[in-house]
Formats: sequence, C-alpha cells, structure tokens
Amino acid sequence: MSQRVRVNPIACEAHGMCAELLPERITLDEWGYPLLDEQPLRAAEVEHAIRAARACPTFALLVTRERDAARGGSR
Amino acid sequence: MNPATAPTMQAPPAPSAATREQPAAALPRLLAGIPASGAMTLEDHLTVHGEMPLTGAHRRRQVREQAATLIDEVQRAGLLGHGGAAFPAATKMRAVASQRRRAIVVINAAEGEPASLKDRTLLEIVPHLVIDGGVLAARAVSADEVIVCACESAHAGIEATTRAIAERDQRASSHAPKVRLTTVPCHYVAGQETALVSHLNGAPARPTFTPPMPFQQGVARRPTLVNNAETLAHLALIARHGASWFRQVGTPTQPGSALVTLAGPVARPGVYEIEHGASLSSLVAAAGGATARLHGVLVGGYAGSWIGAEHLHGLALSNEHLAAHGATFGAGVVLALSELACPVAETARLARWLAGQSTRQCGPCVHGLDALATSVAQLAAGGGADPEGVGQAQAAQRVDRLASLVTRRGACGHPDGAVSVILSAMDAFQAQFADHARHGPCDACARPAELPLPARPVPSGSQRTGLRRQ
Amino acid sequence: MSTVLAASAGPSVYWYLTRSTGAVALLLLSLAIALGVIDVQRWSSPRWPRFVIDSLHRNVSLLAMVFLVLHILTSVLDSFASISLIDAVVPFVGSYRPFWLGLGAVSFDLLLAVIITSLLRQRMGFASWRAVHWLTYASWPVALVHGLGTGSDANTAWLQVLSIVCVAIVIAAVLARVLRGWPANLKIRGAALGGAGAFALLLALWLPGGPLGSEWARRSGTPTALLSHSKATTTASTGRR
Repeated sequence: MSQRVRVNPIACEAHGMCAELLPERITLDEWGYPLLDEQPLRAAEVEHAIRAARACPTFALLVTRERDAARGGSR
Repeated sequence: MNPATAPTMQAPPAPSAATREQPAAALPRLLAGIPASGAMTLEDHLTVHGEMPLTGAHRRRQVREQAATLIDEVQRAGLLGHGGAAFPAATKMRAVASQRRRAIVVINAAEGEPASLKDRTLLEIVPHLVIDGGVLAARAVSADEVIVCACESAHAGIEATTRAIAERDQRASSHAPKVRLTTVPCHYVAGQETALVSHLNGAPARPTFTPPMPFQQGVARRPTLVNNAETLAHLALIARHGASWFRQVGTPTQPGSALVTLAGPVARPGVYEIEHGASLSSLVAAAGGATARLHGVLVGGYAGSWIGAEHLHGLALSNEHLAAHGATFGAGVVLALSELACPVAETARLARWLAGQSTRQCGPCVHGLDALATSVAQLAAGGGADPEGVGQAQAAQRVDRLASLVTRRGACGHPDGAVSVILSAMDAFQAQFADHARHGPCDACARPAELPLPARPVPSGSQRTGLRRQ
Repeated sequence: MSTVLAASAGPSVYWYLTRSTGAVALLLLSLAIALGVIDVQRWSSPRWPRFVIDSLHRNVSLLAMVFLVLHILTSVLDSFASISLIDAVVPFVGSYRPFWLGLGAVSFDLLLAVIITSLLRQRMGFASWRAVHWLTYASWPVALVHGLGTGSDANTAWLQVLSIVCVAIVIAAVLARVLRGWPANLKIRGAALGGAGAFALLLALWLPGGPLGSEWARRSGTPTALLSHSKATTTASTGRR
C-alpha cells in the first residue's frame, strides 16, 4: 500500500505551510501554490506528511492511501 | 434550412435500401431522414429508426439481464464518448451500474465550446434519438430519471426537446424513467462533468474536486451517468442495430460515425456527419469547398490543437491519424483559419479568452492562464522596440515554463487544454510568430477576429481564491 | 455557615485564582486575536515560518480557553459570591452582579462556538466557519467589560495596566486587519472601524463613572449581604499592596 500527498487545488489558498513542513516533497511556485512530488512517500516521511496535512488551514493537503496496483484510491 | 446536412462521407456513396431490420451501413446515421426544417416528430422518428428496444421487460431479473446485454453490446461496438475525452462508454456505464444507490442519467448538451454546434443541433433536429439514448442508458444502469441539460441560449433545441418530452409522456409507461429538461449556463467549463453536476445540485456551474467522481456521487449524491448527447444518440442506434452494424464505418480503434462542426471560410459551414477516419478534404468538399486559402485548422476545439496548412493535405479525422500531428478528434470541431487572418493575433485573443473562462477556483489556473495570455500578447506585440528580440525570447521561454507550471494543477482540464492549444498554435505558426518577434504587429492584426470568442460570464463563488496578495 | 467562615478567614484562594486566571485569559485572548491577524495576513519570517504562527495562534487560543475554564471553575468553587456553573453559560440569571457577570457568560458562549467550530472545521463550509470565527471580535470587548465590571480590581494598578495592554494589542490587531487591503469590502471594514471606535468611546465614557467611580460594588449589583464583605476584602487586598 502506498501513501502519497495530494492537493485539492480548489481548497488551496497558497498559505504555504505544507511546503514548510514537508520540504522534501512540496515546493512553492512563483505564486505561492504547492508543487507536489506525488511519488509514494517513504516511511519516515508519512508522519511529517500527516502533520503538514493537519496544519493546512483549508484542509487542502491530503495524504492518500492507495493500493499499489491502481491509482485513484480513497483517503 | 437545417444547419446540419447529411452528406455521405464515404466515397463512392453506395445507396442501398435502408430497412428497419437491416439499415444501410453507410451514412447518414444520426442525421438519417431529417426533415428540411424543424425537428423530427416522434412519428417520423419511429418510422425511420423503429421502436426503441428494451421497453417491454418489467420484471427485475429480465430488466437486469437486458441491461447487462446492452452494456455488452455497447462494449463490443467500441462506443467512445463524444464530449471530447473519448472515454469508453461501456466502462462508464458499468461503473455507474455497479454502485448501490439508484442512479440518474444526465444527457450533456451544455456545449460550452463556442465553435461547436453539434449537440444543440441534435436537440433541435433529432431530440427523440437523444432521449432514446438517455432512456436506454437509464435502463442499463438502473436509473429512474433522465435529465437533458441544454445550454441556456440554445432556444431552438430547448423548444424541440420540450415538445419531444411532451410527445413521449403521452406514450410512456409508468415503468419508464422520468425525462426532464434543464437549462445550464453557457460558459466554457459549464459542460465539464463535475461542473454540470454541481449546477444540477443547485451550486454554481464550476468543477469540483474529485473523488468523489459523478459515477459515485453526483446529482443529489446519487451515482450519476453523465454522457454527451451525441454519445447517447449513437447508443440509441447501437441498441437497435447492434455492435457489428456500428463498426461497419469508422476505424477499428474509433468505430462508427461522428458529428463535426465545420467552421471558418468554407461555402457551407455547419454540422456534418462523417465516419471516423474520413479525410478533411472530403469534409471540406461536402461543405462546398474552402472560400479562402488557409493558415491552418484547429481540430478538437479550444482545448485541441492547431494544424498548419502544410499538413492539411491527406489529413484524416480520427484520433489515430491526428496523433501524428499532436491532435485529437476532441469535440469534433474543425475550425479553419483563413490566410487573411493573423494567427498570432488570434492566438493572443484566444489565450486571453481562455484565461477569462477560468472559474477562478485554482491558483495555478488563475495565475498561469493570465500570465500565459500576457506572454502571448507580448509575443504578438512583437519586438518593435526590441530589435535583438530579447524580450521575445524571454516571452517564449516563459510560455514554455508556464505550460509545465499549469498542467495537471487544476481541478479540471481547462488549464491543460488552454496550454495545449496555445503551444500548438506557436508550433503550427512558427513563421508568423517569428515574424512578429522581429517586426511587431502585422497588417492582418487589425482585421476583425475570425475565432468565435463570445463574452460568456463565468459564475463566481466565494472570492477566497483571487489573485494572491503576496 | 460558609459565609461566616469566609469572613473570618479572609478571601479564599479561589477568589485570587478566579481573578488571576480571568486576567490571564483576557491577556491570552488578546494575544490570540493578534496572532490570528498575523496569521491571516500571512506574515512570516525565516525564524517565524507560517506553520509556527498558525500553531501559535491555535495553541494560544486553546490555552486561553484552559484559563477561561479555570476562571469559571474557581469562581464557582469560591464560596463568596455563590456563582453556579449555569451562570457560566446562561447570562444574567445569577445573583452576583448579574449584568456584569452575565457578560462573562456571553463572552464564554461566543468563544465556545468559535473553538468548537474550529475543532470541527473540516466538516463545515468555509464561509460558515469564518462567520463564526469573527465572533471572537465580539467576545473580546464583552470579556473586557465583564472583567472591569465584575471584578473588584478596577482601581488597581495591575489590572489597569493589563487592560491598557490588552486594549492596545487588540486595537493594533483590528487596525492592521482592517486597513490592509483597504478599500476592498469597504462596508465590512467601515463597520469594523466604526464599531471599534464606538466601543473605545463608550469605554472611555463609562469607566470614570463606572468601575473607577465610588461605590461600584453596590451599583453593579453585588448582593447587599456581601457588600460589607466586599468592602472589607477590597480594602484588605489593596491594603496588602
């Protein structure tokens, strides 16, 4: 089972806390919106990803759980 | 005179007696037997196409079996969606049918693409065929309701469909799914699946984040099958004549016929029915030929791709053939640009229009498309004051960067489509863009616009995402 | 029985605790408002990243609630003024300075709504969450007036200094919030400025004749049975200064 970070672009308001808390996977573009590395998270990163998702003021950052075979799983 | 004509696009046309049991393989199919003006009445529809199948069964098991059979038939026919994405119709139906709650069918004739007329034409001329498709799809996915969604400004289509629904109500059995018509706004993204569902749920017609997808939770949180009107019209014929019949025209990977909207400098622009894989030249010939020499043709719509004049000879209209030119069939728009127009100026206008059609929910789309439009405008304004072309080179680089910054970062495909069409324009009209870089605006820049870019107000929701104050 | 004991023993530890926790709660609430404005204006620096400001805002707010709850519990436990738990949430039904104490309940109720909606934020729409969150701006002045009206310390230097500090913090926060981005949404901003100005004016008009005036304890609704105690404890506490 793989976990990835994903952003809801409608909810995202470019607060930028996610990039502060998970710089390994998230950087900000020139307008302050997150650029995500959506490859599966390493085990050590998951806890930080969850913290980053909790810190997001608009709950735009998601940590998804998917079966490895197919994408498009549920939270 | 109906805006649509029904030429045969195969050469040579083979007239054969079309009977209800074994209709001619050739075209026209969707546009078969259409009257000289107005819509086909229910009587005419039944005469030309025959009764709609699958109306007899009432017992659950029988209905389920018939539903499964129909979906299998649609799968064997290889019917793809005609709304632009070319998604396999049977796969979508199975996804909805497998949900537990009672489903609902939405016939999407919103047609926010300004250059496309096919869906409203179907409603205007053959509403019964479209509604048949919707009702059959409802049976296939065990839905009890069918909602026809027409663009607010498609008055003729709305009228014809309303009358058609009334005609059917008189004959409908109590087991038949309820059919009703709703109008939707006409802005570009309104026909996007989740935007349409959002509108039907009483919210503004703006895309929503997925999951959940409409097939899981859509209108009234029920599993919703959203299909383009043309797709369902094809389904209505597949249910009557079978998958093998459907596959007798078209290509193996893209079987069947399709409606295209031919626009631009041709003698008779309008909606034509072709088989997938028909040549562009035969389409233009059927439309009375071009009335001017062309810079190029936009295929697919405003999320499609430009193809320069030098590639038009021998161009065939199917995804397979178009792929070589980086294009897809899309929503069946074939928009020719005359040599009199300035492709650079038209592209700049198109970029600005596309930026304006953003529903402004996602930062990368709002900022990216705005920056894209500004950069293209810079390229159009040219290097008059910039003989080295430094500003131009920077603007071109910026367009490339913006393309990667914007793709797949919105909730819908609008920014991706916009980027794709702009990049294809810059590629197809390299010479003109280079000319503008060196010499600035050309004489043709001042000509009236050829691309139809109507003012279409976009609903605003909460103003949370606006241009960020950094 | 307990009243007699209290009279002879002097003010109970709860009396001191309720006043001190109340004061701290007000200070923390003021800081939380300031941090909230800094947060929404997205200010940050390398040493104070966004997530720190945001966490601080959330944690200071929760800490303020902790002190607020302690303030309520100690005021109930304190036998002097027979305040019950109901008085903490239902305003104006108490026997001790009902109006001024009731303001505390109003403020607490508003803050409860703010905190609960923030904890359950994920389940709400953003617009509703924000509308409720703005109730903080209403709960603060109500808390301030409650403190000045209910407490016995309005004449003390420490409370006056504390009140001035809190007022300064919140005025600065409100001005920063309203003025940045002026004149967008002019109606709301104008109303906010107007409300803040009106409150400041009313406060300035009320204080001299109110808590800072003579016999405030009697005029504010302290039950007569407690009045002599009240006088005694006031002089006693100031006497200790």
